[in-house]
Amino acid sequence: MGGAQQAKLEVRKASKVYKTGSGDLLALDRCSLAIKSGEIVSIVGPSGSGKTTLLWSMSGLHGLTGGDVLLDGKPITGPSPEIGMVFQDANLLPWRDVDANINFPFEIKGQTPDRDWIARLMHRVGLDGFGKRFPRELSGGMQQRVALVRALSFKPSVLLMDEPFGALDSFTREEMNHLVEEIYLDTRTTIVLITHSIEEAIFLSDRVIVMSPRPGRIAGEYAVPFPRPRSMEIMATREVFDLTNIIKREIVGEQKSKARLVSAPVDPVGQHAAL
Amino acid sequence: MSETDAIPEFSKSKAGGGGGVGVSNMSALAGGPGIKSVGEALAIILTAVIVIGGAEILLSAFGVPQYVMPKPSEIGRAFVTDFHFILPHLGHTLVELLSGFAIGASIGLILAAVVTQFPFAEKIIAPYILLLVTTPMLALVPLLILRFGFGYTPRIIAVALAAGPMVMINSATGFRRVDQGKIALARSYGASTLQIFWKIRAPMALPMILVGLMIGAIFGLLTAVGAEMVGGGFGLGNRLTSYSSMIQMPQFFAVVLILSVLGILIYILFFLIGKKWASWEA
Repeated sequence: MGGAQQAKLEVRKASKVYKTGSGDLLALDRCSLAIKSGEIVSIVGPSGSGKTTLLWSMSGLHGLTGGDVLLDGKPITGPSPEIGMVFQDANLLPWRDVDANINFPFEIKGQTPDRDWIARLMHRVGLDGFGKRFPRELSGGMQQRVALVRALSFKPSVLLMDEPFGALDSFTREEMNHLVEEIYLDTRTTIVLITHSIEEAIFLSDRVIVMSPRPGRIAGEYAVPFPRPRSMEIMATREVFDLTNIIKREIVGEQKSKARLVSAPVDPVGQHAAL
Repeated sequence: MSETDAIPEFSKSKAGGGGGVGVSNMSALAGGPGIKSVGEALAIILTAVIVIGGAEILLSAFGVPQYVMPKPSEIGRAFVTDFHFILPHLGHTLVELLSGFAIGASIGLILAAVVTQFPFAEKIIAPYILLLVTTPMLALVPLLILRFGFGYTPRIIAVALAAGPMVMINSATGFRRVDQGKIALARSYGASTLQIFWKIRAPMALPMILVGLMIGAIFGLLTAVGAEMVGGGFGLGNRLTSYSSMIQMPQFFAVVLILSVLGILIYILFFLIGKKWASWEA
């Protein structure tokens, strides 16, 4: 990353050891990463590659064994109001209706919500008139929209998303990807996204980070240079196809080379910038 | 949000899709317990008439003596003529039930909330709670009467001892249902331990707490009546022993009827509370 611009979010030599019954497990091994303000970065990789550990340490919810995370140059020691989080399932509170769910962060913080802003977000995600519905009355996609509004309701400067659309069907997922991009273009919120879908990662991100498992390391980094707003037509181009395959090979290759105990070649950043 | 206008179709299709989901769920909600149509209501009433009327006819036809099984009409008459006499006893039983339940349920609830926060303490205390749940508290009533006399005190203690552990054990199950995701959510907004308890743990435990309260109240009623049968000169349980010893069977069954209605009222009360506050967990 570099340049004179300070990183919005910076991870420096982050390591995390989990104590398990069968000894210590190195979940994250000296991972370093810098994310610029207004950047969308996806993290992909097989299970056990420490993606979630890395994201949760950025959120301040989980501490690190070594290294640190800086937000605007200051170390993160706990949850910050600057950071919004979207979880794997929508994680709505089933005993609260949609309005009360969105109000939840403000109740905890003891603040008054910005009603206009929330109404605009609700309109943006197509949830006008759904405020009094309960989560069980909503489809999975709509629940995740509510979660998105909740995460953005207090105007965080960073949005962390932990496999947010993994449980949705592919059509709903595509819609949600468009929605995230629209909201991004509107707010320019810095977004870090964990996903299992390389297509989703490419569609949304400025950069895709590939992680490898046991121990969790950053194995490669790919720039995605397509202009926004991106359309589904772009997703059908040769360039995207090639990039998808390269990333796929990186992930699979990582696992294969791990088995052979041979270190995998790492593609340099920006190799595909000419696409 | 200027882009909003640029994607009207997108927003509209969403709202429409959501509407469909909502409607299908609303009809699913109406499918819960409750009378749905006039026909259903008629069938329920008709069945009741057949059962009661059938009993009346059969008891007369076979000449079953009153001391074996009084006819529904006789029970009904006794209910009306003796109600003014039974009413104060009902009051006594309710005082014992309500005060015993209030004491037992509060202690049980607080213990459950505190103990589940400390898994180690829970392991130590669990066998005793289980012992309290499985031991019929009626067994202690003679002892309590010996110590506290024939007044309210031994009965209230017995009701509290019967209801408390039931509330405690069910509430503890509720409080133990920890959803780490929801706690992480609250923590990500900087929630304190107390906020997490009141805004996440307590609402999540509520359905189980209500189950515990209902079972506790019904066990409390059983214990109150049982304790009254053991000793003392008042209460519905005392009426049962007194009427049966005098072979006043219509009056006896009138009291049984009141007890059944009490039990059903307890059930309905908690059902309605649950419907209002815990319907999210269908």
